[in-house]
Amino acid sequence: MRYLFRTNYNQDLSLARHGGDYFWYGLLLVIMLIVPLLMGEFYVGELGGVFIFAIAGVGLMLLVGYTGLISLGHAAFLGIGAYVNSVLLAKGVPFVITLPIAGLFTAACGAAIGLPTLRMSGLYLAIATLAFGSIVGTVFQKWSSVTGGFDGFAVPTPTIFGVGLDGATGIYYVSLVVLIFVLWITANILRSPMGRAMVAIRDSEVSAQSMGIHLARYKAIAFAISAGMTGLAGALFAHYVRFLAPDAFDVLLSVQFVTIVFVGGLGSVQGAIFGALFVRLLPQFIAIVRDDLPFGIGRMPGLEPSLFGLVLVLVILFQPGGINGIWQKTKHWFTAFPFKRQTSSRRQKSYAKSERLR
Amino acid sequence: MSLFQADQIAVRFGGIRAVDDVTFHVDKGEVFSIIGPNGAGKTTIFNLISRIYNSTSGTLTFDGQDFTKMPPWQVAGIGIARTFQNIELFPNASLLQNLLIGRHCHSRAGFLSQLAFLPSNRRAEIKHREKAEEVIAFLGLQRHRDTLIANLPYGVRKVVELGRALCIEPKLLLLDEPSSGLNVEETEGMGFWIEDIKKDLGITVIMVEHDMALVNQVSDRVMALNYGKVLAMGTPREVQTHPEVVKAYLGGELEDVA
Repeated sequence: MRYLFRTNYNQDLSLARHGGDYFWYGLLLVIMLIVPLLMGEFYVGELGGVFIFAIAGVGLMLLVGYTGLISLGHAAFLGIGAYVNSVLLAKGVPFVITLPIAGLFTAACGAAIGLPTLRMSGLYLAIATLAFGSIVGTVFQKWSSVTGGFDGFAVPTPTIFGVGLDGATGIYYVSLVVLIFVLWITANILRSPMGRAMVAIRDSEVSAQSMGIHLARYKAIAFAISAGMTGLAGALFAHYVRFLAPDAFDVLLSVQFVTIVFVGGLGSVQGAIFGALFVRLLPQFIAIVRDDLPFGIGRMPGLEPSLFGLVLVLVILFQPGGINGIWQKTKHWFTAFPFKRQTSSRRQKSYAKSERLR
Repeated sequence: MSLFQADQIAVRFGGIRAVDDVTFHVDKGEVFSIIGPNGAGKTTIFNLISRIYNSTSGTLTFDGQDFTKMPPWQVAGIGIARTFQNIELFPNASLLQNLLIGRHCHSRAGFLSQLAFLPSNRRAEIKHREKAEEVIAFLGLQRHRDTLIANLPYGVRKVVELGRALCIEPKLLLLDEPSSGLNVEETEGMGFWIEDIKKDLGITVIMVEHDMALVNQVSDRVMALNYGKVLAMGTPREVQTHPEVVKAYLGGELEDVA
């Protein structure tokens, strides 16, 4: 078991808690960097998809896990990022400019949707964001002069400094860089007054206010940052799917993002990564076992969404800490080895806050 | 010149006059207690001062500044901190983080500076940490520093809430029933801390309290309320022997009771 001996406040502000963190995260980064050299195009593409969902997941985690606001409209932000990026690219703007613009524009949209919904929380906010999502979806369909409507929109191949990113490998590396950037920003927010203000709003609005926290401002900021990160993910998602159709950004995608956050583990950035892995790999797993399932279950329509729903419900009921919670408990079991106590991993009931529970 | 002045403040919820034309002032450096039976309007007065409720009429003045219409999030900035009757800490954050949230009104870091965690932001964070550590040392909370609030016993949480309010570096501290839920020893400890806050830190305190022993131990002046109206004001002894106060607590004339 490792005991941290701290002699300097900078140690608590550092991103890595101790030397071991540098080693393991460094090793993980090296592995991620050499994956495209070792694995086939398909797996590289799938892992790139995980990165893209992880970027959006981290964004939604800031909103749901840290600020305590729910959003069922994040697929719309992904769509806005995707269309802004693709439309600008088609107009000849270079990718290094369209990517940040997609993020900033979506952040502005996030602030715009955040402001009128600030007075809502729980179920009401969920419904408002759900409505926002379906409005944006309709705009994607009807505004065909820009989005191409149901004919779809072929996404141009991006180039970075003259290098064309036509294969899965290019998008893989760009997604990895953006993911690391988003994680860095998130870590910075969480160790700054802004992140603490978000946590304060999540845990007690009335006392956050008495501590001098401007609720409306920080909720809008949380919405904007969360939307901005999702917009970045959207820009990458456009290149991942290569062809944009308006019905790709429907409520089921929003539910997948919420699943990332809940199944990964509320209130942990690692959880968003775990959740993204789960959400991207479950469909692959279903595809593999589909033919071997008894009674033709594998042929039933809607198997995937219902499985997502089932897992979401089971996690909320029986494992509120999500995958991250399981990971932390496992780690604790090993570090404390023969001295594990029954109480140390007792199930805690901490359901998501809703209007009813107040 | 008094530090805090409430002039004819009133608040009505529908037909109920929760606080009815209450006027009082608090001088710099004193401990002012508000007592009264349940539902007398004590906590409502606190919520008026911390601007969670809007007053129907009257004015509130602090340090020569009228803050009757100030939005609630600015109240901490002018130097008024408060605690809550049923602890309102941030349960899923560590004790240290809770104290650092108390430093929020002193943070001047810009948005981008926080996103990129610039050196200026780091220096500011270390300053806040030093202040939070002072409070931890003052209240003797060292061993709980990294514990989640949800895992702390009730008595300690009560002290943490006091600490979080002190991190604001207030001029005026509002304590809403600091002894509620505490045992006799913890209440006594709370009394010593309030005395220390007054003497060592020079912070003026307004306290709502039911425990008369604590009120007698620390207060300079006491105000008794009933049905939103002031019954009596003066030294603890004067107020407790005041016939109106006795009547409010014991109900009616003594011979009626007998």
